[in-house]
Amino acid sequence: MNNPYLPIPVRLNKVTLENEAKDLKTFDLAFVNPQDVKAFKFVVGQFAMISINGIGEAPFGIASSPMNGAVLQFTVKRYPRGVLTTALHNLSAGQVLGLRGPFGNGYPVKELESKNILIVGGGFALTTLRSLANYVLHKKNRAKFGKLTMFVAARNPGEMLYKEDLKEWSKRSDIEVIQTIDNPVEGWKGKVGYAAPVLKELAPCPENTYAVVCGPAIMIKTCLFVLFELGFPPERIVTSMEMKMKCGIGKCGRCNIGSKYVCIDGPVFTHKQLQELSGEY
Amino acid sequence: MKTHLWLLFLKMTLKILLGDLMKTIKKDKIAKLLDFLADKYELFAPTSKDGLVVSFERIKEGKQAKLRFYNSNEAPKKLFFPQSETLFSYSKGGRETVPEPKTEQQRIIFGLKPCDTKSLSLSDKVFDTTDFKDPYHTQKRGNTIIFTLACNRPQSSCFCTALGLGPFLKEGADVFVVDLDDKYLFEPITQRGEDLLKEIPGLEEAAEKDISYAKELAGGVEDKITTKIQLDSLKEKLDKIFDESVWDEIHQKCLGCGVCTYLCPTCHCFEIVDEQVNDKGKRIRIWDSCMYPAFTLEASGHNPKPTGKERMHQRIMHKFNYFVENYDEIACVGCGRCLRNCPACMDITKVIEQINNLK
Repeated sequence: MNNPYLPIPVRLNKVTLENEAKDLKTFDLAFVNPQDVKAFKFVVGQFAMISINGIGEAPFGIASSPMNGAVLQFTVKRYPRGVLTTALHNLSAGQVLGLRGPFGNGYPVKELESKNILIVGGGFALTTLRSLANYVLHKKNRAKFGKLTMFVAARNPGEMLYKEDLKEWSKRSDIEVIQTIDNPVEGWKGKVGYAAPVLKELAPCPENTYAVVCGPAIMIKTCLFVLFELGFPPERIVTSMEMKMKCGIGKCGRCNIGSKYVCIDGPVFTHKQLQELSGEY
Repeated sequence: MKTHLWLLFLKMTLKILLGDLMKTIKKDKIAKLLDFLADKYELFAPTSKDGLVVSFERIKEGKQAKLRFYNSNEAPKKLFFPQSETLFSYSKGGRETVPEPKTEQQRIIFGLKPCDTKSLSLSDKVFDTTDFKDPYHTQKRGNTIIFTLACNRPQSSCFCTALGLGPFLKEGADVFVVDLDDKYLFEPITQRGEDLLKEIPGLEEAAEKDISYAKELAGGVEDKITTKIQLDSLKEKLDKIFDESVWDEIHQKCLGCGVCTYLCPTCHCFEIVDEQVNDKGKRIRIWDSCMYPAFTLEASGHNPKPTGKERMHQRIMHKFNYFVENYDEIACVGCGRCLRNCPACMDITKVIEQINNLK
């Protein structure tokens, strides 16, 4: 019997520091056993459990695109109280970690086909959104989707995640990238202001468009309000939820929002689904 | 004459269908029967400690079983979902090894009460799903034969009948056992129960009066359970009262000790932790409780269920609303352990009544 609790070994190939506050790092993981590459088929927006033996295990969204194949990327924020995130940040390349997954439903990519996609991402919640953007932008996929807009908000330029990707995306004509920071900074070429008011000013057209929104709670709340005002229906606003998890497979009983488990029914929900669920998150 | 023959024929048919399969054994021979089972199987039965039937334990001798009891203090769920269970072991540089379940020897649990037997099928709904089968739980389930003992000693805190279950519920049993004062009646429920009964020496064929006496007992016991809960519109009611102030009230006297969830036969929430000494370690799962603040506390410090109010809400909703939504059944069997053992005398039936009485 397949044992969903047993991690597969992955090697930490590379660690990239992402921000000036030095609490965000991206981890490149490669499968130790070649047969696991094929076994680990994931869709954009799914997550995996990463573990260090002796320390513990926690869920993280997959930040790389499934089109990338053998290397998986995860961006992890270090919290002073986070035993595992702190341990992960102290690792260097070459170490072997445990990986379980992929888990969760992922973004509704089939449904997004032939639609325009407005990605709204704030802070370090950009991880699976970046996976989505790179998936859509892949040459095998790009023609299937409509217009792609990437709206990214961060406290300051130093906190912008995936600076390389942002640079690459900005060079392309098939994606529009809009960045905003909280306060003016000398030499900053993007927008200035909190996500919601800047989004309001941009006024993206809701027609044939899905909005995919991830970020801090306050940003999601304010941006949702703007999106409603602009005419985005709740069933076309998609978000990815996070909750404390242990099993990732709907058994340990703690990641529920109402009757739905974030691990198996989510993490991706439309805003309509969330409205229909009463539950704390 | 014709009618007489016809009746005789009917009697014979019934005997073949039921009577021949139903067996009895005199009470003074039950220890011997258990000895026989203990010899061939890993046998678990209610055992006593300081005069109390605390839990179901492995027994090697039939006389260790205490079959005259109300119900065990602990739910027998630990035989399938231990309080602490190793998922795998590892050593530095080595590969993970999963503890091999002992499949060569089958287990028998003798004397489970019908409420606890029913709780196993509720746990199956969580652990034995098509998408992710939990190998630890399902292997133990598949490897275990259940002898359910009809409950003829319900307590005032019992309320199985209020949930549509009952002291003579046979669901989930392989063999259903009834205490007939001077003997036990055995009724095979599943094929493997039937096969097993054929193996056991010394069983006598049940007489018609044994069967009718068992029926008589069943009716009498049901009448002893008087707690009623209105379930008809409970789920709909719970759907609507997420934000109601009633939750501010309900949790007030709860100490958050979690004993209700630990003793509950259907509570299945767990935590996964690593234990490591020097280079050797293991990943284990341990029971957890939605009544604890750390249950949902995230590394960031955010906690979606920060106070007793949200946690009590979660416990009630999980049992009477979310579980119903996901698995079509209430995650409560009315065993009454939570209300018997709560240090603050919380009574889940009263909580339900309070919710039902909301306008």
